[in-house]
Amino acid sequence: MSLKPPERVVGEKDAAGSVWQQGAFHRDAWRLAADGEAIGAAPSIVGKGRWLAEREALMARSGPLGLRLEPGETLADIASDLGHFAVIALSFPKFSDGRAFSTAALLRDRHGYRGELRAVGNVLNDQIPLMRRVGFDSFEVTHGPTRAALARDGLAEVSLFYQPSVRAEAPAGARPWLRRA
Amino acid sequence: MYRYDEFDREFVRQRVAQFRGQVARRLSGEISEEEFKPLRLMNGVYLQLHAYMLRIAIPYGTLSSRQMRKLAHIARTYDRGYGHFTTRQNLQFNWPALADIPDILDELAEVEMHAIQTSGNCIRNVTADHFAGATAEEVADPRTYAEIIRQWSSLHPEFSFLPRKFKVAVNASEHDRAAIKVHDIGLQLKRLAGGGLGFDVYVGGGQGRTPLIAKLIKRDLPDEHLLSYLEAALRIYNLEGRRDNKYKARIKILVHEMGADAFARAVEAEWMRIRDGALKLPEAEIRRIEAYFALPALRGDLPKPRLSAPDRGFERWVSRNTHTHRNDGYAIVTISLKPIGGVPGDASAAQMDAIADLAERYAHDEVRVTHEQNLVLPHVAKADLPAVYKGLKAIGLAEANAGLATDIIACPGLDYCALANARSIPIAQEISNRLAARQDVIGDLKIKISGCINACGHHHVGHIGILGVEKRGEEHYQLLLGGSGAQSTALAEITGPGFGPGEIVGAVETVVETYLRLRKGPEEDFLAAYARLGMGPFKEALYVAEAA
Repeated sequence: MSLKPPERVVGEKDAAGSVWQQGAFHRDAWRLAADGEAIGAAPSIVGKGRWLAEREALMARSGPLGLRLEPGETLADIASDLGHFAVIALSFPKFSDGRAFSTAALLRDRHGYRGELRAVGNVLNDQIPLMRRVGFDSFEVTHGPTRAALARDGLAEVSLFYQPSVRAEAPAGARPWLRRA
Repeated sequence: MYRYDEFDREFVRQRVAQFRGQVARRLSGEISEEEFKPLRLMNGVYLQLHAYMLRIAIPYGTLSSRQMRKLAHIARTYDRGYGHFTTRQNLQFNWPALADIPDILDELAEVEMHAIQTSGNCIRNVTADHFAGATAEEVADPRTYAEIIRQWSSLHPEFSFLPRKFKVAVNASEHDRAAIKVHDIGLQLKRLAGGGLGFDVYVGGGQGRTPLIAKLIKRDLPDEHLLSYLEAALRIYNLEGRRDNKYKARIKILVHEMGADAFARAVEAEWMRIRDGALKLPEAEIRRIEAYFALPALRGDLPKPRLSAPDRGFERWVSRNTHTHRNDGYAIVTISLKPIGGVPGDASAAQMDAIADLAERYAHDEVRVTHEQNLVLPHVAKADLPAVYKGLKAIGLAEANAGLATDIIACPGLDYCALANARSIPIAQEISNRLAARQDVIGDLKIKISGCINACGHHHVGHIGILGVEKRGEEHYQLLLGGSGAQSTALAEITGPGFGPGEIVGAVETVVETYLRLRKGPEEDFLAAYARLGMGPFKEALYVAEAA
């Protein structure tokens, strides 16, 4: 299954912006709407609980919509809704909680989600290369040294991989499971 | 042996450079110890009681003499002249300086070694039968698959922050020398009805504070689907495994709480979706990896072994420390790292060098590390056994005790480990001294000692297990009987109230003496006698007779 995603909504390039995407920091074009808070037509991200409770109203709304999932929130009951979201933000409350790595892989691979997939929360230098390989393509980064490393293109990356990923990567050598960046 | 190609070499080089940068960021204070911790753990660096500890991966326990010499060199140059072989077929250095570790990793990379994923909440170094490739019992060499899993699991982007560590073991003989049923995933290689190779997949075994025997969740998985099935199982575990309590975070708890059938169904559903994807293993590629592990060219017309003079020590050693090789003219030699009264698993740099020499000269350049903390020379011509024995005797490692009461497994315990509640090593040393004179009479007996509930010394599967605990601020030891990590895996049962540090060795002697008194004869080994007698007579000897 492959869903045509809504248009991406990307903020202005800004070295002080919070979101790293397409090789630069950008201002965040999105607002995270608290449950119960009224939302207008501006690009807004809602939690899964609100989406399920207000699905019809949110679909009738004209502005771009995003979804935020906490670790442990499953995809099974919203699989057919994913095409409505221009961005899905997966939360890393602690960098050591790796559930969102699998959620991301499932979104891309099982559900064919092609919109923006954003890592939010405790997003650090050494995790970003791994996040990219499971399908994240934007990162909300507050950690100072990580921001500096991104800005100078200095992430600690290994560019050879022993397993295929959801990204388009070149095969490497005879072993069919090898890839290179 | 597996040989790195350009890709493997470049991967390890980049990984070391990456870690060098991480160490520099830590030393400069750019990242906190909390942020550094998972990074250093992913590369085998622990912070122990007195110092950092570096755990080096020895995939499926296989080493060349060149690699062994490098370990000796590192012991000499960066540590205190010795290393410690572990129950996971790895090697630990107990005293490296953090700033030196990137250099040590560079040295290791020169001989195709690394410390990747020897700790941390990721897929750990894969283990296998230490007699792989040499025993006639196996259907095929399990290391082929262990190597494929090693590769696939290396820096796996999805499975680097699992709920908890994840250990995979592969066995290919009827005799289980890899203890697969006490692993997160245990793979039993078998010949399938259609003629191909495949696996029975066991999941959710483990020791620690909740010992559980793994459940069979998949029969006859064709080998081409090995990686897709593992990926499906790991994905379910990563999403569903508990993260609220580190003691309930291993897959064994998930499988236990979810039920093995429900877990198997969830894995099956995900696997059906991905089984024919990019992870499907082409037969030709499996066979190409297998060729790395081909039996070395053994000599044909071997002379019958001749002993220059009757030597009782040599005879004992041959009978205890050699095992049937698939080729009649050869033997598998166990080098005991358990000299009487020694530290289990320790080897000095000089011993490592000497073993490397013996391997090069007499054993087709191969050494194995066993999960019982011994070494193995897998392919020794019987005619060379006297020379090997002599060489081992010269370095104090010719003890003929493989599988006997002094062949004790012990974790590092409170002498090194930050988690330990009690010392393990001195208990092992004292038991060894006290039982040495009687060990031939006692016969097969596996004693395993852990210094805390994490069970690194495998006490749950010891014929006699000892668990160090803390009681009112003092070291205290529980005694367990009747465990086994072999094919008929069983968990040991606790005898009753524990023993103080001055009493535990005497208690072990009491158990041994009770066994000797009640056994039907020498042919009834401890485990068989325990199965027949039950806990009763041992308990009585330990507690009732004592009180009387």
